[in-house]
Amino acid sequence: MPNPTRILYCHCAYAQVVPADTKAAVLEQLSASGVSFEAVPDLCEMSARRDPGLADIAAADGATIVACYPRAVRWLFSAAGSVLPEGVRVVNMRVAEVPEILLALELPVETP
Amino acid sequence: MSNARALRIVLYEGLGSRPLDAPVRLAALRQLLESGYGVTRVATGTGMAALPGEGPIAVLGRFEQAQPGVAESHGDGRPVFFCNVEGLEPDGMLRGLEELHARANTAPRAKWKPWFPVIDFSRCTNCMQCLTFCLFDVYGVSKDKKIEVRNPTNCKTDCPACSRVCPEVAILFPKYKGGPINGDEIRDEDLHREKMKVDISALLGGDIYAALRQRSADAQARFSRERDEKRALDERRKCLTKLQQDLGIPPEVLAALPSLDQIQAKTARAMADGGGEEPL
Ligand code: SF4
Ligand code: SF4
Repeated sequence: MPNPTRILYCHCAYAQVVPADTKAAVLEQLSASGVSFEAVPDLCEMSARRDPGLADIAAADGATIVACYPRAVRWLFSAAGSVLPEGVRVVNMRVAEVPEILLALELPVETP
Repeated sequence: MSNARALRIVLYEGLGSRPLDAPVRLAALRQLLESGYGVTRVATGTGMAALPGEGPIAVLGRFEQAQPGVAESHGDGRPVFFCNVEGLEPDGMLRGLEELHARANTAPRAKWKPWFPVIDFSRCTNCMQCLTFCLFDVYGVSKDKKIEVRNPTNCKTDCPACSRVCPEVAILFPKYKGGPINGDEIRDEDLHREKMKVDISALLGGDIYAALRQRSADAQARFSRERDEKRALDERRKCLTKLQQDLGIPPEVLAALPSLDQIQAKTARAMADGGGEEPL
């Protein structure tokens, strides 16, 4: 199965809004997988700084962003001057269960 | 928030580098992210990817061949520093990066809880109520006379007050605990609830600023009349707690309330100088 063209994982490092267990499990599976990915400490902080890296990520075709609410992520990119293309998928770690997130990333889901 | 150049990290396990042991890789990723570094993981069997952003890059790997200390990246000429992490634990990698900052002319990211309003422009009607309400010049007006978040770092951490006055529920705080302010979808009952919050300001007397200042002044007057300081302080605390609960406004924000004249003058100024960019 082909990997998504680009994966961006947000660690939401400066707040506890993403459940710690979810973050830990997703990062662990990404790390154990054979895929290349981008990981950022905190998309909110990048948006406030208008980090030019956000524009590069927005330009990547078929990117999957693992962060929080899609509406928040979309407008964080907009605040930094980058419009997320329609094809970008945002997976919400605040509410989604780990297997659902791994499936969206096309990573193997371990069955207990 | 510091604007000093950041060091971009590549955890390189691609061609010409042995893979890291799984526990070391995971711990390194976690510690790098928690120390404020953005990381690109380049997996086994692949080559170097195009990296987002700009500025110097530190490539950490277990290189099979000697690497130059520093090189230039293809295409954009960014300086690339190669760091052999053979035998290093994540703590050792972080120490190495700290030492690299001076050579790379970069600085570690200062810890700042990124708390600031984000506007959902699919809902915003450019009514400027947020700009009028915010006491800390977080908002400004762009060249094309549109509301913008001009100074995000001026925002008071954990104060979501402006999101409560926006009649369109167009203001998000992504790190807020509840929806729809955190970016969750907006339901009909949210619209109703958010409108209710605006109505609370009307109940306070139509002019929210005058009402807040009056309540604050009442508490202060009581404080000065009161001989028993503890009772006066309790009273003031009760008043502030009530306002905090009604509108979610932190006490230090209440303590700094400007007059209505000052607020109106600020709005007029912002509209007149629309577009005066201030660096973040
Ligand atoms: S984008 Fe979402 S997940 Fe990422 S730092 Fe902001 S609030 Fe946290
Ligand atoms: S109060 Fe809401 S609708 Fe009005 S300008 Fe601000 S964000 Fe836009």
